[in-house]
Amino acid sequence: MAKAILYLNQFFGQIGGEDKADVGSSIHEGLIGPAMELDKHLDAEITHTVICGDNFMGSNTEEAINTILGFLEGKQFDIFLAGPAFQAGRYGIACGHICKAVKDKFNVPVVTSMHEENPGVEMFKKDIYIMKGGNSAAKMRQDIKSMASLANKLIRKETILEAAQEGYYSRGVRHQVWRDDKKPAADRVVEMLIKKVNGEPYETELPVPKMDRVSIAPPIADLSKANIALVTSGGIVPVDNPDRIQSASATRWGRYNTEGTDDLQKGDYKTIHAGYDPAAADDDPDRVAPVDALKAYEKEGIIGRLHKYFYSTVGTGTTQAEAARMAKEMIPHLKEDNVDGIILTST
Amino acid sequence: MVKEFERAGFPIVQMANLIPVAKSIGSNRIVPTISIPYPLGDPGTDKEQQWKLRYHRVGVALEALTTDAKEQTVFKVKI
Repeated sequence: MAKAILYLNQFFGQIGGEDKADVGSSIHEGLIGPAMELDKHLDAEITHTVICGDNFMGSNTEEAINTILGFLEGKQFDIFLAGPAFQAGRYGIACGHICKAVKDKFNVPVVTSMHEENPGVEMFKKDIYIMKGGNSAAKMRQDIKSMASLANKLIRKETILEAAQEGYYSRGVRHQVWRDDKKPAADRVVEMLIKKVNGEPYETELPVPKMDRVSIAPPIADLSKANIALVTSGGIVPVDNPDRIQSASATRWGRYNTEGTDDLQKGDYKTIHAGYDPAAADDDPDRVAPVDALKAYEKEGIIGRLHKYFYSTVGTGTTQAEAARMAKEMIPHLKEDNVDGIILTST
Repeated sequence: MVKEFERAGFPIVQMANLIPVAKSIGSNRIVPTISIPYPLGDPGTDKEQQWKLRYHRVGVALEALTTDAKEQTVFKVKI
């Protein structure tokens, strides 16, 4: 029987939550967490589960990858899987990094799964098979099944069909194919054009990927006269969270007046972000929203002034569409006070 | 969020630990922080060190706002 190895983060690897996200990599014989369900659907035996904390992988990527590649050295496996990672950004990126590294070094097929808003998709879809997955662990069974179905085809060395048919994100690889309808390109393009001219729906054969890039805003000419604003996605709020900003998948934001305060005191402010261990941020909120340093620069005259509010929301599980909307809602306030530049801290 | 602010014409600098993510979403000015749960002050070091680090990195971010960046730039930090 073919053999498989699965990668999980500290949470799904049952080591612990955010407080254990710094844990280094480890390898375990047998099935842990999602490995049990995956094993049921896979035409291979999962011999080992590899686990690494998301923060460790995020902050010490090279070290984590090398350690894991070391674990795998000499082990027999026909396929390597990771996740599913749903919409968890750090986990998705970790799955992408390790899958790509394993594929490059051991030349075995690799499969993972992520939600389309996971930043790991954009970063790794060209390199590896990433199945289109759900946004939360509620979709675990479904996502595992889809990972297994592609993995089984890879194990049996069957032909892998196009991205849309198999359910993975398009890798941008082009194949020569023989069409069943034998219609040449010249006919197809004219048909498409006629439909376009008539305003009818048509489907392009070469979708151009949308890269939404914004041109770089011109720099501040004189910092000593500039009005600087601070924005954070780290969830720093007054302890009673007056705007009831959600701890994950936020749709709300708040702005908080810092006039007359030189720094954000423990007990006055805290974080409500559920995507990282809050201990350090609660103990000193300036670690995430550096009001103290900005006030110092204001006093020293290095910046003209610090805009009197800082703006806060929570950037975990938050969709890009919601984040964009919240930023758009903040912009009129910043314009009203003639803000010249923004520092945005993220966690 | 960074993109919306920049689209509105504000020069913006993102202070982030996961640089590849900041790059992939299209942040143009990026200053690295030291971790996810404590971006600007390691609780394992003394207050003085934490302040120095935070003051320095915020300073780099302010400098970044005055830099005429022609392409996506990750600014160098000393501490």
